[in-house]
Amino acid sequence: MTGVKYTGIPSKEELENCPGVPDAERLEKGRVACVECVQEIPCNPCESICRFGAITVGEQITSLPVLHGEKCTGCGLCVANCPGLAITILDLNYSETRATVDFPFEYLPLPEEGDEVEAVGRDGAVICPGTIVKVTKISAYAGTAVIRMAIPKEHVMTVRSMKRPKRS
Amino acid sequence: MKIKETDIAIVGAGAAGLTAAIEARRAGAQVLVLDENRLPGGQLFKQIHKFFGSHEHRAGTRGFQIGRDLLKEVEQSGAEVWLNTVVYGMEPDTSLGVIHEDQNTVIKAKKVIVATGAKENYMAFPGSTLPGVMGAGAAQTMINVNRVLPGERIVMVGSGNVGLIVSYQLMQAGAEVLAIVEGAPFIGGYGVHAGKIRRAGVPILVSHTVTRAIGTEQVEAVEIAEVDSKFRPIPGTEQVLEADTVCLAVGLNPMTELLWLTGCKFTFIPAFGGHVPMHDAHMETTVPGLYVAGDVTGVEEASSAMEEGRLAGISAAESLGLIPREEAKERRGEVIRRLNVLRSGAFGEGRRRSKEQQLKAMEAFQAEGDRT
Amino acid sequence: MRIIEHPILETLDTSRTVTIYYNDRPVEALEGEPVAAALMNAGIKAFRTTAKRKEPRGIFCAIGRCTDCKMTVDGVPNVRTCMCPVKEGMRVYHQDGNGTFEKKDRT
Repeated sequence: MTGVKYTGIPSKEELENCPGVPDAERLEKGRVACVECVQEIPCNPCESICRFGAITVGEQITSLPVLHGEKCTGCGLCVANCPGLAITILDLNYSETRATVDFPFEYLPLPEEGDEVEAVGRDGAVICPGTIVKVTKISAYAGTAVIRMAIPKEHVMTVRSMKRPKRS
Repeated sequence: MKIKETDIAIVGAGAAGLTAAIEARRAGAQVLVLDENRLPGGQLFKQIHKFFGSHEHRAGTRGFQIGRDLLKEVEQSGAEVWLNTVVYGMEPDTSLGVIHEDQNTVIKAKKVIVATGAKENYMAFPGSTLPGVMGAGAAQTMINVNRVLPGERIVMVGSGNVGLIVSYQLMQAGAEVLAIVEGAPFIGGYGVHAGKIRRAGVPILVSHTVTRAIGTEQVEAVEIAEVDSKFRPIPGTEQVLEADTVCLAVGLNPMTELLWLTGCKFTFIPAFGGHVPMHDAHMETTVPGLYVAGDVTGVEEASSAMEEGRLAGISAAESLGLIPREEAKERRGEVIRRLNVLRSGAFGEGRRRSKEQQLKAMEAFQAEGDRT
Repeated sequence: MRIIEHPILETLDTSRTVTIYYNDRPVEALEGEPVAAALMNAGIKAFRTTAKRKEPRGIFCAIGRCTDCKMTVDGVPNVRTCMCPVKEGMRVYHQDGNGTFEKKDRT
């Protein structure tokens, strides 16, 4: 059985039908939010936090968040504000060969800028090496750190986090 | 024996009890809140994740922060809070027997709101009584409130939101979660909670159960196995995990003991955790002047409990003549609107139906009374 | 094991401690915490043995409902250690079965 209900991981179909996931065309244009929210749960902080109206949920807060790619600046406020930690910011234009993924991280120890880490997919399996570009932990994020990690471009739609370093 | 009189006594200083106190005080009632714990806040202070819902439910705010804010509000409200106070009994006239500062005290309140919450279910299997097998909520209390790791290698039983969230929090606290096992063929909780677990590399094994905890003085290993469609372990699928702790996240049941003592009527709703008190839209039970709120009325979640507490607080104050009828009605309407938002969607719909069933049971009971 | 640093919660304040005694052995505890937490931190998991089958029991619910964690505290048996805050010099004993009240010196 595949799909989020059976594995905890959204299936290819679920992601394709997910209105929060940007299309290839928008991805090409640079930094954009990727809202992998595929179940109707009562929740809408992604909508309330976005100053640009780029994510809408609507009156019925169980509706799936809809990404309006043209309005999204990739600012990343939604990443730390999503209680489900389901949002990442993808930047396909980071460099000639590399993309970045900004993902929420709530473990210790935090990585540091420049660290070489192992980038993992939605199932926690290591996909490729990653380089930590930026670590943001500000009070507005209420304990959640947002980590920007550079990875080879081809993995931008599969890498979603990093392997946790062992705690000393 | 001491006797203490008050307008409204509230049993339980958790999510529902505190909001009930705030609403009742706001209306000008004299309020006394009782809790057995040394700290108020109930289970809110162990909820270190960001809450769901919308802005008006304080979505995006972590549970313990909501707890802190509620406490501040209660303090400012002027409600009296007795901690380390055991409520050991309640009479049909709703007078309460309590032990406060080592003294037996009877509390005579014009209205009583019971907001005692819920407790965790147990699951029996060979070795399930061994030290090291505990409720998931117990582990959560240990790590987030007492800041002690109950074990280093955990097997979680149950993939509802409690199982998923506590697994995540155990990892945040520094433990290793070896697996989450789930008897059903699918994950019970939110996909986004499950997603965090999976990204951390932890398997969620559906159609699996724990068959045995191994050890003499404490858990030394755990045997799990795949189950068939009737939840029977399939021979040959057993595997042993080197775990030192088993956490059980197999549901909760309402703490209704005090309510039973009063003779208040119950109805049976399995989805709410078993026998739950009948109550009307004002949260009043079949015992006049006795109100209920939060998980004791049926197991839901903290945001709903806080809203139900408001309903009970407003209604109890109204019945004392402290809030005009129309205003009370309007304010309840606002709370119910917010509650309906929480009780919607694929996961909340069932709770809304259960609550309807509970209210209907009360209506039927009242109609019966009117005829006789 | 104590959780000092935490990704979400404040760093734990461990500056105020008291000493309690478990089976006459000193155990360091944080002021105000429940006895059960201090013992768990010290690696003690079996708090009592059952009356009939002499089986070990430990913490199950940690909120004062299940009574699996009861022990003899300062001479009083069946104290729910998950609800009982530590006090300096407190004497906590593993409990066998239903336990007995310690005989007070009447002289």
